[in-house]
Amino acid sequence: MAIAITSGPGAERWQVLRLLVARKTVLASLIVLAVLVAAAALAPWISPFDPYKLSIMSRLQAPSTAHWFGTDDFGRDVFSRVIHGGRLSLLVGFLVVLLSGMLGIALGLVAGFFRGADKVVSRLIDAMMAFPDILLAIALVAALGPSLLNVVIALGIVYAPRLARVVRASTLVIRELPFVEAARALGVPTRRIVTVHVLRNLVSPILVQGTFIFAYAILAEAGLSFLGVGVSPDIPTWGTMINAGQQYMGSADWIMVFPGIAIVLSVLSLQLVGDGLRDVLDPRLRKEL
Amino acid sequence: MGASQRDIILAVDGLKTWFHSRDGVARSVDGVTFDLARGETLAIVGESGSGKSVTSLSIMGLLPKPAGRIEAGSIHFRDRRGATHDLARAPAATLRRIRGAEIAMIFQEPMTSLNPLYTVGDQIAEAVLQHEGGSRAAALQRARDMLERVEIPAAARRVHAYPHQMSGGMRQRVMIALALACNPSVLIADEPTTALDVTVQAQILDLLRRLQAESGMSILFVTHNLGVVAEIAHRVAVMYAGRVVEDAGVHELFERPTHPYTRGLLSCIPTAALLASRQRLQPIPGNVPSVLDLPPGCTFAPRCALAEPACTRAVPELAAVRDAHLARCIKVTPQ
Amino acid sequence: MLRYLLNRLVGLVAVMFLVATIVFVILRLTPGDPAAVMLGPQASQQDIDTLRARLGLDQPLPMQYAAWMGQLARGNLGQSIFLDQPVLAALADRAEPTFWLTLMSLAIASAIALPVGILSAVRRGTALDQSVVTFSMFTSSVPSFWLGLLLMQIFSVKLGWLPVAGYGGPDAGIATRLSHLVLPAIVLGLVNSALITRFIRASMLDVLRDDYVRTARAKGLPERKVILKHAARNALIPILTVLGLTTALLVSGAVVTETVFGLPGVGSLVVSAVLRRDYPVIQGALLVIAAIYVLINLFIDLLYLLVDPRVRY
Repeated sequence: MAIAITSGPGAERWQVLRLLVARKTVLASLIVLAVLVAAAALAPWISPFDPYKLSIMSRLQAPSTAHWFGTDDFGRDVFSRVIHGGRLSLLVGFLVVLLSGMLGIALGLVAGFFRGADKVVSRLIDAMMAFPDILLAIALVAALGPSLLNVVIALGIVYAPRLARVVRASTLVIRELPFVEAARALGVPTRRIVTVHVLRNLVSPILVQGTFIFAYAILAEAGLSFLGVGVSPDIPTWGTMINAGQQYMGSADWIMVFPGIAIVLSVLSLQLVGDGLRDVLDPRLRKEL
Repeated sequence: MGASQRDIILAVDGLKTWFHSRDGVARSVDGVTFDLARGETLAIVGESGSGKSVTSLSIMGLLPKPAGRIEAGSIHFRDRRGATHDLARAPAATLRRIRGAEIAMIFQEPMTSLNPLYTVGDQIAEAVLQHEGGSRAAALQRARDMLERVEIPAAARRVHAYPHQMSGGMRQRVMIALALACNPSVLIADEPTTALDVTVQAQILDLLRRLQAESGMSILFVTHNLGVVAEIAHRVAVMYAGRVVEDAGVHELFERPTHPYTRGLLSCIPTAALLASRQRLQPIPGNVPSVLDLPPGCTFAPRCALAEPACTRAVPELAAVRDAHLARCIKVTPQ
Repeated sequence: MLRYLLNRLVGLVAVMFLVATIVFVILRLTPGDPAAVMLGPQASQQDIDTLRARLGLDQPLPMQYAAWMGQLARGNLGQSIFLDQPVLAALADRAEPTFWLTLMSLAIASAIALPVGILSAVRRGTALDQSVVTFSMFTSSVPSFWLGLLLMQIFSVKLGWLPVAGYGGPDAGIATRLSHLVLPAIVLGLVNSALITRFIRASMLDVLRDDYVRTARAKGLPERKVILKHAARNALIPILTVLGLTTALLVSGAVVTETVFGLPGVGSLVVSAVLRRDYPVIQGALLVIAAIYVLINLFIDLLYLLVDPRVRY
């Protein structure tokens, strides 16, 4: 597949996009993600029912034309709850990526650039990664108190080391490259070198890792909420819905099946996109350098 | 030695091996013909990309699947029992039986051609056990004997060594020992000395000559180095862009080359006389054509000083210039 | 080689030191008074003060830290607030189900990943390969607790093939206990097999390109031997690292899975401790689990010495 590399950073971005959508699985995943994000964003306007509205009369109804995903034990429309839950679950995922991104990039850059700091930061990263994700997240939420914000903070801290490792590794490589040395020789201050050159070259690995962290965060939040140690149970996220639906397994399966399917769809699409990004960006990254 | 008196053990006729990829069809070997006689060393000479390695891989049946395929031609081999097989069409089981036992191959990169997890002795013994069966102890004994034959000092101890504990030259000797463990009648050597330094190169060539004298095996020696050819070959086949363009005895080739490409190659070699005369080296103008896009007719025509319209109309036949001297050029042979 | 071991041990001590510090810091992050949070809004000020004194929370922070480290050095992980047991004992009591669950899940994950990974590498680019890649990505997208509930519903409740929940009671024999672990292990193993599959596939793809594979074929060996004895053995060496990583994922997964299946393991202990704010238990569990993970990694590095002759000599 020969694509002429035209000049200019804008053109490159389009090429990446084109290479990306050339693969069918990635294209399908992007579409699914777009639909999910759109549904979540537009939830207040497109949801057929009020997700909080109780209705004792319509309790535990199986999926029908009126209620596409059925109703739960309080008579609430499951479909509306799923797309509203999506707002929170996807928002949490996104915020976790932002937070872990900022922390991870900061840590990684410091470790990559300053040899003295590296010794400490590397060991810190090793120590952080010695804890299994969910366990660490649970402990952090236990300490900070159960709330949406604290879940975001906890997961942001849990995933930051992963990103920091990737950023550190890339920084170590890029730091030795001739053009960085040249900039330093010209008297460009280190801070400027870091922000302009190093960060620009880090966009690719960060983008790839970030997509995966988004996916892990959605799963982790669902797990925490399921256990009851995440957000409080009355807030509709996909995890709390599955938790609530547990006791109706066998009698009203739909309460917990549909949120689960939503999770699988979003996580799978994110992983496929992340994989696609990795394949497309990797050899190009080497070409860019 | 006239052609009719040679005891031919391997006869390649019109071999075509093409690689199919998304970018098109690469005709790496596009009509290769030569004979290998018993006890003889035939050198296959050519630049990179001439198809010489692909030829040897085709004979061994080691082409990368599914991209590489023998499209046409035959490879007739006479095995130990006197039966003749066409290796281009033989079933996989037959090829496996012949590989390693009757036709063996050594490669260019001795540093990476041995499995790092097994001892050198184990790897040689494995070949013996595969083709001849018997006990492991006997196979290891054969391994030890082979290491001695290839002049590896302290063979008894080295049998239990791992490849990474040996130098490049020694690893290549191990490869030779491995190849000869089952006493094959043909050894294909694909640029075995290219990755080694000059002194080691000379030792390996000496070793091969000695082993050939002892066992009477034939050697198909693939190389791009004319110096090595002069040292070791009895006959030479020159390849260009996937075809044999000249086939002669080694002395004949060096003294009376006929094909314009061969003559060009030989005149590229700096000699004492040339240096003394202070003349410029005459490189062959132009570039080797891409295997994806070969020119019609004679593939050397675009670069040839003798070219005329008839050259591009049809592929010239490999015809006799003299007794036991073939060339693929209408300007040089009666067509 | 001794130097290598010594280096690793020093590194290990450093990491464990940091781990202990991190555990200390985490639980001090609580806004407000930890003792008050632990006992809940109903507690009297007197109870709160007693607890604070007992946990040493009334001391200045550096002293608390020193006390914590000193305590650890003596192997004392503190006392559980709600269980009336030393933390270490509580963990030891509940270790068995978690241990077996992790082991069984690892075995199942490997049993799935090995043939699938090798096969998809050997048949690279074919429909089989593509579907394997997509399938393994699919399995890693499924929340383990959700899958657990679904499978429990199908296999235990509806079909009755496997026990529903729990661990079989205090007198149950080893066979009964293990049968209770089958479904949870399948769930965890399936969901976590993706990482190993992907790794094996990548490793095999690399190795199949290596020259000694060509040499093995040139010897006339049957293809099966070339793939298994030569290629796979080399490809599997770096797998040890992935197995270490997967173990961490499995322990994480065990936390949730034990809750779903009602297994009395360390994971469910941690969850109940969190819900009840039993800080000493949370601290102790974190510490022990992290320590075990670090030791497992060290063990894997030592395994490399055994398995790869290039490292040994």
